[in-house]
Amino acid sequence: MAVIEARNLTYSYPFADKPAIEDINLAIERGEFVLLTGPSGCGKTTLCRCFNGLIPHFYGGKLEGEVWVAGLKTDEHPIHELAKHVGLVFQNPENQLFALTVEKDVAFGLENLGLPRDEIRRRVDWALKVTGIYDLKDRAPFELSGGQQQRVAIASILAMQPEIMVLDEPTSFLDPLSARSILETIYQLNRELGITIILIEHRLDLAARYADRIIVMDRGHIILDGEPRKIFLDDRIKLVGVGLPKVVRLYLALRDDNVNLKRVPLSPEEASRLIAEVLNSDRS
Amino acid sequence: MSIFEGLRFKTISSPIHRIDPRAKFIYVCVLFAIAVLFSQLIPLLILFFSQMPLIIIAKLKREWLRLMRGSMFFAAIIFIANMVSLYFYGGTQSLAAVVEHSLAMTTRFLILVESFSIFFATTSPDMLSLSLEQIGVPYEFCFAFTTAIRFVPVLAEEAQTIMDAQKARGLELERGNFIKRVKNYIPILIPLIVSAIRRSMELAEAMESRAWGASKKRTSLYSLKMKTKDYIFIVASIIVLLVSIYVRFFISIPSVTELMHLG
Amino acid sequence: MRRCSTLIEAENVYFIYPNGVEALKGVSLRINDGEFVAIMGQNGAGKTTLVKHFVGLLKPTKGRVLVDGVDTRTVSVAQLARKVGFVFQNPDHQLFSETVEDEIAFALRNFGFDEKTVRERVDWALNLLDLTQYRKTSPFMLSGGERKRVALASVLAWDPKILILDEPTIGQDAYQKERLRHFIIQMNQQGKTVIIVTHDIEFVAECEPRVILMVNGRIIADGDAREVLTDTVAIKEASLVLPEITQVFMGLNDLGFSWKVLGVYEAKCLILERLRGVRI
Repeated sequence: MAVIEARNLTYSYPFADKPAIEDINLAIERGEFVLLTGPSGCGKTTLCRCFNGLIPHFYGGKLEGEVWVAGLKTDEHPIHELAKHVGLVFQNPENQLFALTVEKDVAFGLENLGLPRDEIRRRVDWALKVTGIYDLKDRAPFELSGGQQQRVAIASILAMQPEIMVLDEPTSFLDPLSARSILETIYQLNRELGITIILIEHRLDLAARYADRIIVMDRGHIILDGEPRKIFLDDRIKLVGVGLPKVVRLYLALRDDNVNLKRVPLSPEEASRLIAEVLNSDRS
Repeated sequence: MSIFEGLRFKTISSPIHRIDPRAKFIYVCVLFAIAVLFSQLIPLLILFFSQMPLIIIAKLKREWLRLMRGSMFFAAIIFIANMVSLYFYGGTQSLAAVVEHSLAMTTRFLILVESFSIFFATTSPDMLSLSLEQIGVPYEFCFAFTTAIRFVPVLAEEAQTIMDAQKARGLELERGNFIKRVKNYIPILIPLIVSAIRRSMELAEAMESRAWGASKKRTSLYSLKMKTKDYIFIVASIIVLLVSIYVRFFISIPSVTELMHLG
Repeated sequence: MRRCSTLIEAENVYFIYPNGVEALKGVSLRINDGEFVAIMGQNGAGKTTLVKHFVGLLKPTKGRVLVDGVDTRTVSVAQLARKVGFVFQNPDHQLFSETVEDEIAFALRNFGFDEKTVRERVDWALNLLDLTQYRKTSPFMLSGGERKRVALASVLAWDPKILILDEPTIGQDAYQKERLRHFIIQMNQQGKTVIIVTHDIEFVAECEPRVILMVNGRIIADGDAREVLTDTVAIKEASLVLPEITQVFMGLNDLGFSWKVLGVYEAKCLILERLRGVRI
């Protein structure tokens, strides 16, 4: 069974005159790495808030249809119960860290769950090691760089050992190298620990290579859903404000001139390989 | 704001930092009691300088110097106020005695500042909140306390950015009469408030997402346990207090003025 | 009078923050009238600190900064701001008025324009950034992208000679970035000196301005986008990532390609040329 399932989901925020998301049908399987993208204001953040019960419990408003997460119907279970299954990492690292030391922050969720102290200690140390910030455990979050803060946020979710992790533009405040290494870490969580990942991201050039599947939203609707290489070839993606990676644009430009690379490249390395193949076969 | 620098907790490790906050609190109370007990310059000076080893162990030398410099303004006021009142209304004392007494009062003030600083600069707010929790203060209150401290530097930085942004649009804070000047702060206060509200919404979302309120019996990563060294620290503090009381009531302490006359 | 085309000049500028952090360590540069410059580097490299000097928000600890021939230490921020428009990264750090119209008029009134001019300039700026329909709307009711445009309009309204944009692409989607790029280029073609501070290398690769790379409070490279963005050593030192297309051509180096390539179109041409054996 799908680990996340939305059926005919429509939601309006309180006082809003039209729904933020409309008629969403979606099933995400355990262990998938899903990239959720679309122009600003398309409803992707709203959709993510439905996955851990922030909608409707925290925001109120009007929810129609159903959302099932890890076998739980979200409007029937409180956020803190859903939090054991779904972790949310937000865009601004600064506003999701509360404690005065890193390890205390990572422990926050576990303390709330009332776990025994040695269990908390074990899980905190584990999460800090997995995310590569064990050395920072006694530092204050506000002294850290944005990339390090975002790692703390990921560790604090990881410590709760959720099956699903939802990340809402976790790299948008980071410089390119930090962004890259955060995405690598997220990918590693997916591959090595089997955590289902839903990543909201504008920067497809950095993120597409990790995804099993891309979902594109526009004006509250899902307009495309499928394997990255297929999505990039669909003409509809050009109509919404989604920036295709330059390697994909190069693929398309070459195709227009009847030069066909074997497949759509998702990273520069792959593009180099595919182009070299075409050039070499031409020579021989 | 150099005076606050000396009171702000810094994440460093020292034997003093590791003492239980409750033991440190007792120690600070003892210091207060002794400072109030004596009113002569010599014992107060001894008390003042006897804190030096602690400050050095706690790696607070620089903060201590800054704190003392920051306190100079208030110290000067206390000194002058004492001088004036004693000189004009103190009766028949000699000038030297008046100066000595005023110095003693000033030293007493500095001891209070100094001991406050030792407590706050070596006790992480986390630990402070934990000791509050363990003596039965509700967790919500302790959480609000640490979160407030966590966001002070963030908000200060934000206020600076907003001020820069408005100055870059030609806002001159220092211009105009009093009413105009107060009005000048509106373009700074509104973005600051809006941003604080937005921030608190985001924080609430993040807290909810991390199972806030899941269990009635919340546990804690750390627990404060008084260790042998903490008890030793408390016992030592109390012994010092007892000795001071003994000295205060059974041994006569000469004043500097008297010593000079003898010499 | 000799016409001086240098608009901004930094001479060996050092800056130390009150907390002791040395943010600039001997920066010297000249920016000419009408130039388009991108200042790049990792977070904390000193980019924002440097541009804050150009509008006098920070004054050098050592060295000096001249804007249009005037030493920034001798004038107020308000005086410099007439020439230098500074758009901050987060529009929420400046929006406070009840309506978009008032927000844009704020700076104009601070600078003492008469009401008639204020009205004209507000209309002009609203139109320029396609905000006329929101004239009477509260800026707080607008979307993030629209708020960003209001912030930009509120600075452009007084028509500063120099426009500084701090991280203009953060949190913007592809369509908004594209729009911003056209707008910046248009401003620059109309003669404004434009300075952007960013670590968005793809955006810079598309604009192809003059690029200045900063690392730890120093300038380590300064030149054409094509030279600087494809300088593997400097980009690595600045903890940035090479543009995507440059990376593709690095991987094709064995086949005798140069990797100094930035755009998709020129990349396509180079590949077709090789395949067909003709210049395109």
